[in-house]
Amino acid sequence: MGLENVIAEALPEVLTTRLDSLINWARKSSLWPATFGLACCAIEMMNATSSRNDLARFGSEVFRASPRQADVMIVSGRVSRKMAPVLRRIYDQMPEPKWVISMGACATSGGVFDNYAIVQGVDKIVPVDVYIPGCPPRPEMLIHAVMMLQDKVSKESVRDRRDIPEEEAREAVVPGTLPITDGSTAQQDTLPESRPYTIASRHERRRST
Amino acid sequence: MTSGPDNIEQQSPEQTPSSEAAPSPLVAALQREHPEWVGEVIVAFGETTIVVPRENIVDACLFLKTSPETRFDFLSDICGVDRGVEEEPRFEVNYHLFSTTKYHRVRLKVVLNEEDTHVPSVTGIWRTANWHERETFDLFGVIFDGHPDLRRILLPDDWQGHALRKDFPLRGYEPYSLK
Repeated sequence: MGLENVIAEALPEVLTTRLDSLINWARKSSLWPATFGLACCAIEMMNATSSRNDLARFGSEVFRASPRQADVMIVSGRVSRKMAPVLRRIYDQMPEPKWVISMGACATSGGVFDNYAIVQGVDKIVPVDVYIPGCPPRPEMLIHAVMMLQDKVSKESVRDRRDIPEEEAREAVVPGTLPITDGSTAQQDTLPESRPYTIASRHERRRST
Repeated sequence: MTSGPDNIEQQSPEQTPSSEAAPSPLVAALQREHPEWVGEVIVAFGETTIVVPRENIVDACLFLKTSPETRFDFLSDICGVDRGVEEEPRFEVNYHLFSTTKYHRVRLKVVLNEEDTHVPSVTGIWRTANWHERETFDLFGVIFDGHPDLRRILLPDDWQGHALRKDFPLRGYEPYSLK
């Protein structure tokens, strides 16, 4: 009914989509974690990538030792006050866009370590996207958290920038360089989430003709 | 530290824990050579503890290391003790010595008042004392005179207070925040 269908009929080899959908699909399909194993939760994190649990099914198996190559930081374990500036520095070295998973009770709230040495929740240092309870969480819970994060990524917009005030982030994108940032297309966001899937795929169109 | 297999063997029934037990040969040697270095001698559970005056600790350590009868060539551990805020003397520093050739152990103890927590450093005798003394300084505030590099080792450099003192609040003096 819209422009997409006109293009789809006139140019069957062209696939139209929202830029946000395309970019988010690429982002969420390869979330490379920066491993931040700090305690026993790290053992479960390693196990999540093992052959039995196989986090690679969801495109998130490539644990990077360098924060420059990572998208999501999995903070697994209790964060000591001495480690806190290090963790923040690693986070600052990760390129945008970046996300944080707080794995386990200690990273989330300090856990049983309610004392002077442990930071009472890693969200006092870095913004956290997904919290995982458990002591330690099972690998399935970490995989679930990764999938929840994928859901969250798929709902974001390329206009979103973290660590920058919202007004600044809007100004950082030069008007006209990204068509989706145009105010007119924003109205299409009110369409149902299943909208892209109502358009017949190229295979379906070939089958029907 | 002193609960190795040799000490388990020594806990035989004929050697019941008692402070009245006969002092071991190494204590006898120390007492014979330098009686002013030996304060109280405590023998319990097959372990010998010698309370040494603070000003003699370096000499006593050097003697125990070099004397052919003792040969304490290995410093297992240095640890501090806070007996309590109202106790007098409040602090202890314990030296756990071990001989890798004679295979025996001894514990030296220095007691300190709260107002004057200075102890001579033994880094000149055992180099491993460097980090042990830094740890004791970090957590108890015991100052080791003559230490080459007396910095904090476990807690952050900008930490306030000494965390294992009895009057240190469990959650620290202030909640954590990144500056």
